[in-house]
Amino acid sequence: MNHVASKNLNLTLKIWRQAGPKQPGGLKTYQVRGISTDMSFLEMLDVLNEQLIASGEEPVAFDHDCREGICGTCGVVINGQAHGPDSGTTTCQLHMRRFHDGDTIVIEPWLAKAFPIVRDLIVDRSAFDRIIQAGGFVSVNTGNAPEANTTLVPHHVQQDAMNAAACIGCGACVASCKNASAMLFVSAKVSHLASLPQGQAERSKRVLNMVATMDAEHFGNCTNTGECEAACPAKIKLSNIAQLNREYMKAALLSKE
Amino acid sequence: MVTVADTPLDGRCPDGNIASRWDQRKRDLKLVAPNNKRKYTVIVVGTGLAGGSAAASLAELGYNVLSFCIQDSPRRAHSIAAQGGINAAKNYQNDGDSVWRLFYDTVKGGEWRARESNVYRLATLSTSIIDQCVAQGVPFAREYGGTLTNRSFGGAQVSRTFYCGGQTGQQLLLGAYQAMMRQVSGGGIKLFTRREMLDLVVVDGIARGIVTRDLVTGKYETFVSDAVVLCTGGYGNAYYLSTMAKTCNVTAAWRCHKRGAYFANPCFTQIHPTCIPVSGDHQSKLTLMSESLRNDGRVWVPKTKGDTRSPDQIPEDERDYYLERRYPSYGNLAPRDVSSRAAKERCDAGFGVGPSGMSVYLDFSKAIKEDGESVIREKYGNLFHMYERITDENPYKVPMRIYPAVHYTMGGLWVDYNLQSNLPGLYVLGEANFSDHGANRLGASALMQGLADGYFVIPYTVGDHIATRKVKPISADRPEFHEALEAAKSRTAAILNVKGTHSTEHFHRALGKIMWDHVGMARNEKGLLHAIEQIKTLREQFWHDVKVIGSGETLNQNLEHAGRVADFLEFAELLARDALYRDESCGGHFREEHQTEEGECERNDADFSYVSAWEYQGIGTESILHKEPLTFVDAPFGVRSYK
Repeated sequence: MNHVASKNLNLTLKIWRQAGPKQPGGLKTYQVRGISTDMSFLEMLDVLNEQLIASGEEPVAFDHDCREGICGTCGVVINGQAHGPDSGTTTCQLHMRRFHDGDTIVIEPWLAKAFPIVRDLIVDRSAFDRIIQAGGFVSVNTGNAPEANTTLVPHHVQQDAMNAAACIGCGACVASCKNASAMLFVSAKVSHLASLPQGQAERSKRVLNMVATMDAEHFGNCTNTGECEAACPAKIKLSNIAQLNREYMKAALLSKE
Repeated sequence: MVTVADTPLDGRCPDGNIASRWDQRKRDLKLVAPNNKRKYTVIVVGTGLAGGSAAASLAELGYNVLSFCIQDSPRRAHSIAAQGGINAAKNYQNDGDSVWRLFYDTVKGGEWRARESNVYRLATLSTSIIDQCVAQGVPFAREYGGTLTNRSFGGAQVSRTFYCGGQTGQQLLLGAYQAMMRQVSGGGIKLFTRREMLDLVVVDGIARGIVTRDLVTGKYETFVSDAVVLCTGGYGNAYYLSTMAKTCNVTAAWRCHKRGAYFANPCFTQIHPTCIPVSGDHQSKLTLMSESLRNDGRVWVPKTKGDTRSPDQIPEDERDYYLERRYPSYGNLAPRDVSSRAAKERCDAGFGVGPSGMSVYLDFSKAIKEDGESVIREKYGNLFHMYERITDENPYKVPMRIYPAVHYTMGGLWVDYNLQSNLPGLYVLGEANFSDHGANRLGASALMQGLADGYFVIPYTVGDHIATRKVKPISADRPEFHEALEAAKSRTAAILNVKGTHSTEHFHRALGKIMWDHVGMARNEKGLLHAIEQIKTLREQFWHDVKVIGSGETLNQNLEHAGRVADFLEFAELLARDALYRDESCGGHFREEHQTEEGECERNDADFSYVSAWEYQGIGTESILHKEPLTFVDAPFGVRSYK
């Protein structure tokens, strides 16, 4: 329970290096020494990059920003697992105490056709923005809103909506899926808005358009393997995908839009 | 010697009854007809709460909006990390809240260094924000009956904070982001991600465009517009370690400053009392533990110096709940600046806990005993989880350890009541401006300000600029655009050409240490003078010795960082000079020379009741100080006591 005193680790890193989208890529091996177990995974990469700069080699490009697990910017595949070995944890919140002295760590970018590699460990996730653009919103202009307490939202409904809305859009669900499916991401937004009274007016149109865009962006199909749920740092539930399927079925069969 | 401008600066606030000033201003603002709006282009830089809400609202009105962000998606701006909540004077709790009380609390919380008219407008608009966000589907916490619920925050004796678990900023930002993406789909917004603004283009004295660098291709571009709306956040990363995201920077604001925009009150920085303490030299950033935790957590240190017993072995009567002791009426909900200084005082006096002695306990055992672990888990589950991941300690079982860290910056570019800087056509919103929080911001007020500015102020005021000045279309072939473009290119080239021996990170950490040691929670004349000299030396070293690998024609994060650090090295000097000139203690600015016997701030209203707005004169030349006098009629000067 109490913090275990920090130790220093010597590690071998095998990191995907790729100079640009069209260039060939490959794993390159690096050694880092004296990594404190109190460091975050990204701080370990900071140490490597300082070492590379000192030796005149280009540092490893990786996406990151808030470093507190909420912005969804960071994300790499660590020893085959999206965001690494801890459940419900982003790469920036993974700490080196999860590793042992002498370990070899393989670090790769998200691999999916819909997420082209930009450089090294950075991928282009703009497909997610285009899916939201297709309908992941409530059409209400600024200034049109009624008094907030006019519509009551029962506590459990709000909680369901909040649990789905907690998605950070990092793309780990896609990276962990053998089909590179984006169903967990899409289902989180569809469920969030479908569960609230404010989301009802566009409920059918939203799910139809978002799913159509998801398909057009070359994400794979869902085969209910559940890897996405296991990899999700925001603990988005697989049951959202079931809800997405219900929403889609209902809209496809009954919608007049 | 500081040169002070002869003419006082005018905030251009409406006169008359404070409650009707915004209505009056709205009556006076000129309008752009609906079918004419599409002829005008507005650039919005940044996609946090201010930028996202501004871009969406302006596009809804019909303007062509060009929206820029440094991240790979507008959804990732750092507003997303705000945890605790957003204030609004709804008075749903029937506990005596009102627009006036929110206004008064904010003025008092900011230690009478904010503009009364702006703060009153902010308090008035707060209620519309909640309505707007609920309509967008933001899942605010609810009572079992389905109505909205509230929690308490520091510096207030009413419950007026609306929240979404510990992820309020995330949900509000996603609301604004979704509203933006709806406009992207409708063509009202053209979105440019992974673009960094490197300069402002001023034509005939009016802001008419920006220069950006595409962070993926390294390509420089210019964009022309009829107004520029800057929503680029705060400058806390001048301290290296802060709770801000790694890309938060002062570059866009600083480059506007160098083009003539005044920088106001840079010394007003907020050091937040409840952050996870530094664990070692490798530390790359600090993590906040929301102020909302102080609703249920009690702050204490042992009564005995150097007590190394584990906290559960220290009996109740040997604990010093120093906030409850010093500030009985607000207790653990004393405002941030006050709580931070109280923590520093205990640690400096040798009562701190943890391996370095530089932390205090935030203890939930009483609340867990009284309310049960499940209630605490529902309120703060994600924060407790985050704390455990970072520290490897379980806060349900042992008290959290916390210490203050740089969190927010009240200072920013100077703006008038319309949120327009002294450069016509340049508007500054959210944390990037200086306007509403004075010398200290109360918890849950940053989200309120960002959204008030973006949803409800800028849609009115930007039209007035376009209609009044009758801005004419111009082309990017104008020499001003070429000059700004070349300036941005040559600055990047200069950084790459240094080819020195020390990394950007080295210089950034060194700057952070100077700032934290001498321009941090407690400041004095000697330390500030020393800091100014050290910053100058470090800046020279940077330009002779920084080592940036790679080229400017590809994605190069190291180069991006170097450009930002170069600007911090210029800006930090202004921050320290502002702190030196403001020879009083107020809010987040604590000058050791001015304190009461009990160690509280000693403000000097006779000499310092003004906004310090600095005009750039060149690096190495001292800026000119413009003073905007502040008067307080509806919230008259008082003693800021939380005892």
